This record gives sequence, C-alpha cells and structure tokens, in this order.
Amino acid sequence: MSVQSPISSVNDFVVRFANVNGSGSASANELFARSILRHGVPVSPRNIFPSNIQGLPTWYEVRVTEEGHLGARGGVDMMVAMNPQTWDKDVASIEPGGYLFYDSTKPMPSSKFRADITVIGVPLTAITNSTYTDPRQRQLFKNIIYLGALCALLDMDPKLVEQLIAEQYKGKEKLLSSNVHALHLGRDWALQNLKCPLGLRVKKADKVGDRIFIEGNSAAALGAVYGGATVCAWYPITPSSSVAEAFTSHCKKYRHDPATGKAKYAIVQGEDELASIGIVIGAAWNGARAFTATSGPGVSLMTEFIGLSYFAEIPAVIMNIQRAGPSTGMPTRTQQCDIIACAYASHGDTKHVLLFPEDPAEAFEFAAQSFDLAERLQTVIFVMLDLDIGMNHRLSRPLKWDDARQYDRGKVMTAEMLDDGRDFGRYLDVDGDGIPYRTYPGTHPTKGSYFTRGTSRDRYARYSEEGAVYADNMQRLVRKFETAQDMVPRPLQANAAKPTKYGVIYFGSTSPAMDEAIGLLEARGHQLDRLRIRAFPFHSSVASFIADHDFVYVVEQNRDAQLRSLIVNENGIDPVRLIPILHYDGTPITARFIAGAIGDHQDHLKVTPLRKAVS
Amino acid sequence: MTYIAKPKFSHPGLPRNELGFTHRDYEGKISTLCAGCGHDSITASIIEACFELSIEPHRVAKISGIGCSSKTPDYFLGNSHGFNSVHGRMPSVLTGANLANRDLIYLGVSGDGDSASIGFGQFAHSIRRGVNMTYIVENNGVYGLTKGQFSATADRGSKSKKGVTNTDNAIDLVAIALQLGATFVARSFSGDKSQLVPLIAAAIEHKGAAFIDVISPCIAFNNHSGSTKSFDYVREHNDAVNRLDVITGRDPITVDYAPGTVQVVEQHDGTRLALRKIDADYDVHDRLAAMTFLQKHAAKGQIVTGLLHIDPEASDLHDHLDTVAAPLNTLDEAALCPGSAALDKINASLR
Ligand SMILES: Cc1ncc(C[n+]2csc(CCOP(=O)(O)OP(=O)(O)O)c2C)c(N)n1
Ligand code: SF4
Repeated sequence: MSVQSPISSVNDFVVRFANVNGSGSASANELFARSILRHGVPVSPRNIFPSNIQGLPTWYEVRVTEEGHLGARGGVDMMVAMNPQTWDKDVASIEPGGYLFYDSTKPMPSSKFRADITVIGVPLTAITNSTYTDPRQRQLFKNIIYLGALCALLDMDPKLVEQLIAEQYKGKEKLLSSNVHALHLGRDWALQNLKCPLGLRVKKADKVGDRIFIEGNSAAALGAVYGGATVCAWYPITPSSSVAEAFTSHCKKYRHDPATGKAKYAIVQGEDELASIGIVIGAAWNGARAFTATSGPGVSLMTEFIGLSYFAEIPAVIMNIQRAGPSTGMPTRTQQCDIIACAYASHGDTKHVLLFPEDPAEAFEFAAQSFDLAERLQTVIFVMLDLDIGMNHRLSRPLKWDDARQYDRGKVMTAEMLDDGRDFGRYLDVDGDGIPYRTYPGTHPTKGSYFTRGTSRDRYARYSEEGAVYADNMQRLVRKFETAQDMVPRPLQANAAKPTKYGVIYFGSTSPAMDEAIGLLEARGHQLDRLRIRAFPFHSSVASFIADHDFVYVVEQNRDAQLRSLIVNENGIDPVRLIPILHYDGTPITARFIAGAIGDHQDHLKVTPLRKAVS
Repeated sequence: MTYIAKPKFSHPGLPRNELGFTHRDYEGKISTLCAGCGHDSITASIIEACFELSIEPHRVAKISGIGCSSKTPDYFLGNSHGFNSVHGRMPSVLTGANLANRDLIYLGVSGDGDSASIGFGQFAHSIRRGVNMTYIVENNGVYGLTKGQFSATADRGSKSKKGVTNTDNAIDLVAIALQLGATFVARSFSGDKSQLVPLIAAAIEHKGAAFIDVISPCIAFNNHSGSTKSFDYVREHNDAVNRLDVITGRDPITVDYAPGTVQVVEQHDGTRLALRKIDADYDVHDRLAAMTFLQKHAAKGQIVTGLLHIDPEASDLHDHLDTVAAPLNTLDEAALCPGSAALDKINASLR
C-alpha cells in the first residue's frame, strides 16, 4: 500500500491490540507494556474488555509517552489487529498515516485495507503452526511471536523483553526458554522480511525513575492491609472483585502469625452484598477494622445497612469501584457515576464521607486512611475508585508508609476509663465535635453496655421517639459531618501560569487527562486555575475557589454532573457559575476531550460573553 | 416502654450461681411485648440458662434483626451489648461480630418473619458457615410487629386472624438447618421451660452453629382456633423427642433422669450433654435419621421437640478460616502492619 506520510514518532504513540477474549493475549500485551517501561519510557495502558469471559472482542491499548501523560490519549497509531470480528472497526480507528499489523497467513482482499496507512503483514498462524502442534501452545505462542515482531518493528531491545520473561518464569526453565524462543521466531521473521524499524520507535530514555506499575485495586487492597483491616467481606462484582482478591493474596503473604501459621485476618465471600456489609458492620461494631469492596449495584443493595451505619454510628469502609450504570449499565466500562448515590445513600437524611483517589498511590493512602476516618468518625467511609484506576496498571509514585504511624482507633471508652467514673452516654457529645464515645462489647461487667439500634434513642442510647431527642441527635450528626471536613484529604489547587478568571474542578481518575489537557488549553490560549477535589464533605476552599473565579468548569465522567450537583447543594452555589464538562460513554476521559470541550466553551465566551453571574 | 429499667433491688436470699450472680443480674429492661407473648417466656428461659451456666453477662453479645422477637434482647442480660440490626440481617452482623472477637458468646435472636422470609438467605449462610452462635428463632408463624400477616413458617391451610387461609407451603427451619449442616439443631416450645432452658444452655456450650426453633405463640395475632401455632394447638400436638440436661463439668443443673434412658454426649470442649430419650431408638448423632424423623412426624401433623441433632466434634468458622487465637479486634499495628521495609520490597517488585 502506498502511504503519503506515515506517522513518525519516537516514544510518543498509541498501540492498540485487538484480541479475542480468552485467547491468552493479555499477558503478552502486558509484557509489551512492561518492556517499554524497561526502556525507561513511561506507558499508560488500558484494558478495554467486554462483560464476557470467552469469545468476545477485547482491546489492550498502550500509550507510549515519554512526556509521562497517564491519561488516555484517544486515537490509535498502530493497530495490532488479531480479531477478524472487529477488523473493519479496528482498521477504521487508525489515525491517518498510522500502521496496521495483522496476521497475513490468509490473503485479504484489498478492500479490507486503507490507502492512508502502512500495512504490515506477518504470517503468524503459518509460523506458529509450523513450529507447534499443540493447539493451546499454538494460541499462546502466537501472542509471543507477534510481540517478537513488534520488538523488531519498534526497535525495542529484545534483551529487556527476555529479562522480563525470565522474571516471570523464574524457576520454570522450560517455559522460559520456549517463550524466549517464540519471541525470537517473531523478531527474526520481521527482521528478515520487513523494513525495520518503522516510523514509530521506542528509544531508551530515563523517564520512569522509581515509579511503580500497579493497578489501583491492588494498591487499595494493600492500603487495607497497611491500614489494619482484619475483616473483609465481599461479593464478586466487576470491577471490584480484584480488590478482595488482592487483599486475600497480600494477607496470605503478610498476615500469618509466624509461630503458628494462623491468619490474622478473616475474609468471607458473602452470599450477597447485604451480607457483606452486614458482616463489616458487625465486625466494626465489635472493634475490628472491616471493609467491603463493591460496585454500583452492590452499593444499591447495601443502602439500608449504610443508613444503619450512619445513624447507629458504626464504622465501615466501602470501596466502591465505579462502573457505568444505571442498573447493570456497562459492567466493564468506567464512569464516576455513584457520587450522589454514595453521598446520600440510604433513606432519611444521611450524608457520607467520600474519598476520591486519583491514582494507585492515593488509592493506597486513602484506603489506609479510611479506617482511621471510619473509627474516628464512627461512620461509613466510601473510597471511590473507578474501573479506569482500579483495573488498569498505572505508573505511580512508590507507595510510602511511616512506621511511626499509629492507627487512630477513635473515641473508645475502656474499662479503666469507665472505672475512673467517666460518664458514658453512647450518644453524648462530650467534646462538641459531634463525635460520641463508644465501648466495645464485653468491655466491663457492669458499665458501658448499651443497645445499638437503628431506631431513635436519646444520648444514653435509650429508645425514644421524642421529637426533640431525635432532632438533637440529627443535629449532632450534622456537627460530626462538619468535623469531618477538616479530617478528610483537602483539595489541591494549582494555579495557571497567568492570572485567570476561570477555574476547573475535577477529581479521581480524571486527574492525568486533566493535567495533560491544561497544556493543550494553554496552547489554545486558555488559562485555567485547577482544583482537584479529594473528598466529600467539601473543604471550605472549594467554595472560595468558586468565589474567586467567574466561571468554574466541573469535569466529570457521568451524564448528570453529579459532583456539580453535590457542590451546588452542599455549598449553596449558584449553578450558573459551574459549567459541566461531561464524559460518559464508558471509555476513560481523555485530554483531547477535556481540552476540546473547555476550549470550545472558552472560545465561545470570547465571542459572546455570557451573562455575568450573580453569586 | 423499653427504656424503663428494672429496679436493681435484689433480695439477699435469692439463689446465686457459681459467679455469685442472681437471676436479677441476667435480666434486662421491662418487656414491652403483649402480656402473655411467647417471646417473653423465651426471654425467661434465656435468663435461666445463662444463670445456670454461670455466664458473665457482659461476655455475651446479643444480636437481633427487627420484629417483636428481635426486641427481646433488650429484656435480658442488661449488662451485655445488644444490637438490633436491620430486618432479617442479624446473621451477617453476628458473623462479623464473631469474626472480630471470637471470645464472646454470640446469641442471635430472630423471628420467623425475620429468618424465614427477608432473612432466609442470611439464616442459611450463617448456618452453613458454622458460625459459633446460638441462633434462636422465636417462631409464631406470623409477623407480630406488623400486625398479623402470614410468615413463611405458617402452615398451609392455617387461617390468619382476619380469616384468610394460607395457601403457601410452610418453611421448616429445623429441616433446613439440618440440611445445611448445623451441628446443633433443636426445636422447642416457649411454654416448655423445662425442655427449653437446657436446650439453650446446651446450644451456648456447643461450638459451632447451634439452631433452636422455638414455637412461640403470638397472643395478639396467632392464638385463635385455626392457627397451628396457638398454645392449645401446640400443647396437643407436641411430641417431645427427649429431655436433656447439661453437665458443664460441674454438678448437673437439674436432674430428672429416668433410669436406663440416659445418653451422654461429649462435646468438643469436654462438656457433656446427658440426653434422656423418650423415643428409645432416636440417635441424635444421625443427621439423616433426624431429617426422616422430622418429616415422618410432620406428615402426621405432629411437632417434634427436643434436641434433634448434635455433632459433638463440630468446628466453627474460625477453624475454617484458621484464624489466630487472639481476637482480631485486639491486634495492633505491630501485628497487622507489614511496615515500610516490606513496602519498599513491594515497590521494588512492581518496577
Ligand atoms: C426492610 C424492612 N422491611 C419491612 C420491615 C417491617 N417489619 C418490621 S418487623 C416485620 C416482621 C416481623 O416478624 P417476625 O420476624 O416474625 O417477628 P415477630 O414480630 O412476629 O416476633 C416486618 C415485616 C422492616 N422493618 N424492614
Ligand atoms: S404482637 Fe404477638 S409477637 Fe408481638 S408482642 Fe404481641 S404477642 Fe408477641
């Protein structure tokens, strides 16, 4: 095929692998991403997978980015098209001047290609079949063979890939050598038969540093280990299952008593989410740090118990790895769509603490911190991840732990304190911060026992339906929520290079795309101050940030501008001042999208200035 | 009202147990249930059983769901922590509590609406997990608190107070508990204190999931003719399997042996149950036989009471999870946190 101007780029391009679910391609594709990291070049990979185990299309995208942009970029420079089912769509998605890599064993009609791209055919099936007889081997090694060919085409150092394979198959010599063999089969074929390298190249750099490559769910699970969680109850649901699975494997490694071999944790796969949160609440009532991990439908089921946690003031941690809703929505696609559902979960007047980590390092920190917060505030804490952070590997600053750190077990009255004559009223606001003391069951033979219930009661935990007593309690809960404002992670502000009247608020997994979008916007002549919200309740700096700007864009990955609604509702802000920028097709938000949407709005502002807002 | 505390006065002549406690020490608030409610008799039996076992009241955690029956933990063991959770979800809360601190005694109190309808799943799963607990269902065949609707244990053909005939089949929680592997399964009648007290005591002593279904007539909505859970009906149809006493390594609490009919069951922790069989060839160790026995009598319209099955070698959820002996809620940073050196290694493995 003739091509006018093939894309030429070193360390800055997007390769997308189109595979069939269940073909064993995932590990080869991940190996590709890791190999580039070993070249010292940052990558940002993303799984794009169906809600299905076998047979349906799946994609794995690797953004090679020397600049270190960790958001999705959008567009594909090279498509490794291994799935005939999605061929047409895959070919169509390649950027003009891009590359198509395919299995050329069977001839394809020329109508199946495009004139403006470079087509690279490697007879993968033929090479595989002539080397292997076992069908499973044929399938698996075909993936390694295309990896080998890509090594040659992108000018990658095969030694670095070999080293990774060696680490992966340490102690399994046979697997190691057969994988390395397959790698070279592909590489040699490419070197002998194709023009290598292409315009797209990987060149050694030193841009990865000490960063780690980890999935958000795994980091959050580690946070739970470090944060001292001893009870985990969960029910499988994508994209949260891997939190509990990672917690299990971390616990197996770090939480067995060396003397007896016994477990210093308990993990129960509940029969459903109702049971999972019930177990968490029972355990936390009894003084253990407990959590569950779930996603939207699970949160729906848990809401009655969440109300109990709020009203009866029992600590609980829920990690909500959000996916596209409503209902079953798109179970394997990302969104930030449970903000309102979690902030006000359950019936009656409730408000819950939400934490919004932006990456694995914060997922680790916030997960660990959530247990301190839950016990200090005696309430439910939501750690709000989403599929994009949870189930994708991200380059992240290394996880850090201060060994001097002590768990904050909150206000717990001990037997000694009771014996000292301290007045114990379970719902007494002794310190004026809205947070009462609790006692663990079994503390004292005659003092400090009380009845926990979701029903209204007085300050001494005595059942009461008196209106004034109920209102007193509800007011204290508001005070407690205000206290929480200064305990949760504060928003982080970053100002534009030049003074500006415009701001942007964003949160969670939008972060890397936002960072990149700022550069794109600057290039278009737009300056924006940024505020990244990291928790609900909102710190007072959120309101002042909005007050300081004429307009503030609120970027989120849902249809209904849920964070914006929450800000408007909680801070009494004129909605006109908050301009929603919404991305909700289930794919991760990109810098291109943000810069496009905000840029267009800003351009428009310059032409016809909007009515001056009255605050 | 539930906030009325009982006067703390106790007569110096009241009998004391091994710990020096009187019955008063095992009481709670004054019941707000209807006078004559079967649930109050069960409360009295729980108090008696705990007194006889010389349990430290504050070492018991009493957990319930929602319903008249679920209110009862407020009426016994006033010095222990209680938890009225949400409707039907007592078992999960109890499971979590037990995981956090294996050293307390867990008493789960529930109703038939609570356990056989909305909480049927949780009932089943807590039993199959072998949570170390005494799970008591105060079974009146109706929803008491919501005023008389049929529950899932109401017999087919029985009539509600409003005259409606129940056309659904009944769930027999005892049969299900047996099927799910409960290692202690019993049924009793709230009015039969001499049978119920030792059953509760034995269930508390038992390690593993102990389930007792207690037929407990509801004075307000299920004591009419046509009901199969009324006092009269149950008294007429009660076919006791056995009587039992508990020997806790000390003197038996009550002795009522009929010569030649005593069977001693040794539990895992060394405590022994002496069973007095009324039905000569009934073997409490035989789960299958218990199921058949139950079904056979059910077909005859009879209610079988007594200890139906026990596995004295039972293990519990903590055994299955192989957790440490110390309660998980007592572990501190040193025991739980792998520390920064381990984290550095983890970081290194992720590069
Ligand atoms: C989620 C939910 N649904 C319904 C109710 C209303 N409700 C309260 S008690 C009860 C039934 C109680 O029946 P049972 O467990 O048999 O106890 P009883 O009152 O008969 O002792 C119901 C349906 C509730 N509290 N919560
Ligand atoms: S309504 Fe029935 S179950 Fe409830 S307290 Fe009265 S008698 Fe007991």
